This record gives sequence, structure tokens and C-alpha cells, in this order.
Amino acid sequence: MCGNVCHLSASRAYWYARGARATISVPGLIIASAFVGFAGLARGTGLTLPETLFMTTVVWALPAQVILIGVILSGGGLLPAAFAVTLSSARLMPMVVSVVPEMRTGKTRPLTLYVLSHFVAVTAWVLAMEHFPHVPRPMRTTFFGGLGTTLISINLVVVTIVFTLAAKLPPAVSAGLFLLTPLYFLTSLWGSARERASQHAMLIGLAMGPIFHLLVPNFDLLATGLVGGIGAYGFRRFTARREAA
Amino acid sequence: MSFDAFDAWWWPFLFILIAGWLATDIWRFAGVVLGGRLTEGSDILVLVRCVATALVAAVVANLIAFPSGALANTPLLLRVGAAAAGFACYLSAGKRMIVGILAGEAVLLAGLLLF
Repeated sequence: MCGNVCHLSASRAYWYARGARATISVPGLIIASAFVGFAGLARGTGLTLPETLFMTTVVWALPAQVILIGVILSGGGLLPAAFAVTLSSARLMPMVVSVVPEMRTGKTRPLTLYVLSHFVAVTAWVLAMEHFPHVPRPMRTTFFGGLGTTLISINLVVVTIVFTLAAKLPPAVSAGLFLLTPLYFLTSLWGSARERASQHAMLIGLAMGPIFHLLVPNFDLLATGLVGGIGAYGFRRFTARREAA
Repeated sequence: MSFDAFDAWWWPFLFILIAGWLATDIWRFAGVVLGGRLTEGSDILVLVRCVATALVAAVVANLIAFPSGALANTPLLLRVGAAAAGFACYLSAGKRMIVGILAGEAVLLAGLLLF
């Protein structure tokens, strides 16, 4: 006879497991294949397995991780690296802003939300938005906890497997592994763009990236981000004003 | 102070913690604080998204133009061709990522096996 308390903890375990199971999905499969590519990239850059696992756990945002690798590759310093990652990770804020109101109840502790916010990245966000309508509101934090921890765990295993096997792969397969990351972002950046301007920014970035890499090797990412981003945004303002006039 | 600046075991971890974790989670925490106060369509967020997108696109282009590892031994034209073919297939297949990724990989592997 333990009444409500027992009932509540049993259903917490149930919803945690439901969250964990939600990772077995198309977005889950795509992020795992993207991490196959990332692990190959990190290994090729000279990172050790512990460093790569650590980065995946504490950052948990693939664009930020790929940018970090890019800065390390070009020998950039701590400050340019932190600045470039800060610019790229800003896009996580609107995702958190939109997911928090859906899982907060009057009794949710702020600390719970801060901890859970760490799991927010494209995949977890997409899956949460898809499943939340079918999860009772008081159980959504638990569901999201199961989703987030499982998603990170799966990809830590993926990274470990790739690091272990990469040395034994034939060169063609290895080359294919390295191409996974650019292909993943070419398609996902275009598809997840909320507005035309983001797609313009992507096209400018693709064209200017290699040019800035040759001109200003240590600040190529920042320079491209600022020029491409402000350029695309300015073009949007310009055309909006012309349409309004 | 680059990633390889110091020979200490902890330096890469500290580098990742500051340039990776802090630079990323600061936005997630800000998102919790802001809650529902900022709307998705607000203009400053459009600018933020544009800069972020151009930044990631630069990384993508550099990974194709100046790759490392096994990809470095492949011809530039083949890498650009594979990426372009992948993107074209993605668009013509109704924005299905899996189609674009598989098509790009297929072009790369076919090119490597043929030449």
C-alpha cells in the first residue's frame, strides 16, 4: 500500500522509457549517421577518443562541434573558437524558448529545466515537438529526460565504434565517411531554414568560406558568418522595403 | 592559444569546455530564462539564424574544398561533383535528406572506383 507515490514513480519510469524509445526513429537514425561522419572527422583531425566523447557530451550540438573541429584544424585560438561557436549556437535559444513552455508545469523546478535544456538540439527538439501532444503534461520533463539521455548515449556508442573501426576501413569507405558531414549539413541546413534569407546566407557561406579560408585562415569562419549572415539579412530588409513601397 | 598550444593533458578538455560547452549552453540557459518572451519570427532571431547558417555553410564548404584524412586524396572536382549531385537529388526528391546523402556518397564511391 503506497498509494500515489508508488503510482507516480511507476509512471515516471514508464514515461522515461517511452522517451528513450522515441529515439528509434528516422531523425534518430539520421543523427546517428551524422555522428558516424563526425567521429571520422574528429579522428582525422587528431582528436583522441576521450576528447571526442567529452566534446559530444558537453556540447551536444553537431554544428557547434563541427565548427570547433574546423577551428582546431586551421590552428585558430581559444577566443576565435569560442566566438564562432557562440554565433552558431545562438540558434539553439529559440528552440529552447519554444520547448520550455510545453513541458513546464506550476511545480517544475527551474534546475530541472536548465538541466533538460542541455539536450535541446535539432533532433531532440523535432522528436519532442512530435511526441509532446501524446504525453501527459506532468510527465513531459521525464519523457524529455529519457529522450535526451538516450540520444546522447546512442551517439557516444556510435563515436566509440567508429574510432575503433576507422583504422581498418578501406580508403574509399573512409573518404565516404568524411563526406557524410558536409552532405548532412548541405541538406539539413537547407531543409530546416525558416526563411529564404537563411538559404541565401547558406549559399553565400558556401561560396565565401573557401575564399576567406585562403585570405584570412584563422578567422575564415567568423568572417564568412558575419559577411554572409549580415548580407543575407540586409538583402531581406532591402527587398521587404521595396515590396512595401 | 590554439588547441595544441600546451602539452598538458587537460588543455584540450579546457579548450572544449570554454569554446564548446560554455559557448553553447549559455544560449540554452538564456532560452530557459527567456521562456516565451521572444517570438520565433522576431527580426533579431532572423539575423541570428542567418549568421549561424552562413557560419556552418563555411565549415561545410571548407570540408569539401580543403578536406583532411582519406578525402584529401580525392580530386577536388569529384568532391564538389558528389556534393552538388547529392544536393540536386535532395531537392528533386522533395527535400528528403536520406536521398541526398546516399546520392552524394554513391557519386563519390563510383568516382573513386572508376578512376
